[in-house]
Amino acid sequence: MMSLENLLLYFFAAAALAGGVLMLVARHPMRVALALIGSMISLAGIYAILGVHVIAVFQVLIYVGAVMVFMVYVIMLLDVRDPSFLERYGRSLLPSIAIAAILAVSLAAAVSRGYMMTAADLAEVHPGRAEATFAVQPFSAEFIQRYWLHFELTSVLLLAAVVAAIAVIKAGRRHDG
Amino acid sequence: MDRTQLLLTLSIALFALGLTGVMIRRNALVMLMCMELMLNGVILSLVTFAERSATLSGAVLVFLVFVVAAAEIGIAIPIVLLLSRQRHTLDVGAYSGLKG
Repeated sequence: MMSLENLLLYFFAAAALAGGVLMLVARHPMRVALALIGSMISLAGIYAILGVHVIAVFQVLIYVGAVMVFMVYVIMLLDVRDPSFLERYGRSLLPSIAIAAILAVSLAAAVSRGYMMTAADLAEVHPGRAEATFAVQPFSAEFIQRYWLHFELTSVLLLAAVVAAIAVIKAGRRHDG
Repeated sequence: MDRTQLLLTLSIALFALGLTGVMIRRNALVMLMCMELMLNGVILSLVTFAERSATLSGAVLVFLVFVVAAAEIGIAIPIVLLLSRQRHTLDVGAYSGLKG
């Protein structure tokens, strides 16, 4: 008898996979975006089951809430009669699938052969380390106390991204005019 | 199947699906979304190992990767809009002149 947690884990894993497959076969980019959103929400469910609640919240907030809303907005801006909307696949369909399948099989073989570390092994790697919990409070404390510099650097990165986006749009305008 | 192995296999499958999408789809926006799927697969493996090793540094790293992904989309979408404004299509076949 499987526990409810494992059952949910398998359910979310299957949902994430189904979303990925739907992304490949859906014709309209909006459906692709919705499939990707479904896949991301399933991954957030998996993170919640693992107990990494902070990451699950960020997955929904940043990925689904910010990135995908942006993406959906851009899809609505663009022309629906675009030829790439009607014809899904390029010419190199079979070789591409073969390459991806070879990659997946070789990686999966490596995972299935790999040696799984037990709790005793981990204690040897991190001697005297207490079991960390992924609740909000220890995460925030670790973030602000140890990784504050990285946190500040991300704001610089985001600023650079904003400036670059404005520069790209301006360059395009100059080209038009 | 062990839970770690299941999650790693799922992450491999998501990465391979995203790679297939990037290679076979014609629409530039869909290719971008497939890259997001690849990134999600990699993040899943990162979270799995972070949870397995019970260190908070992994969770912090995942947060930083989220920020990088947001910045990446912030740059990539204007580039796609610019491309579609120049050739009036998102079909990557129309941009074969970029091959050099």
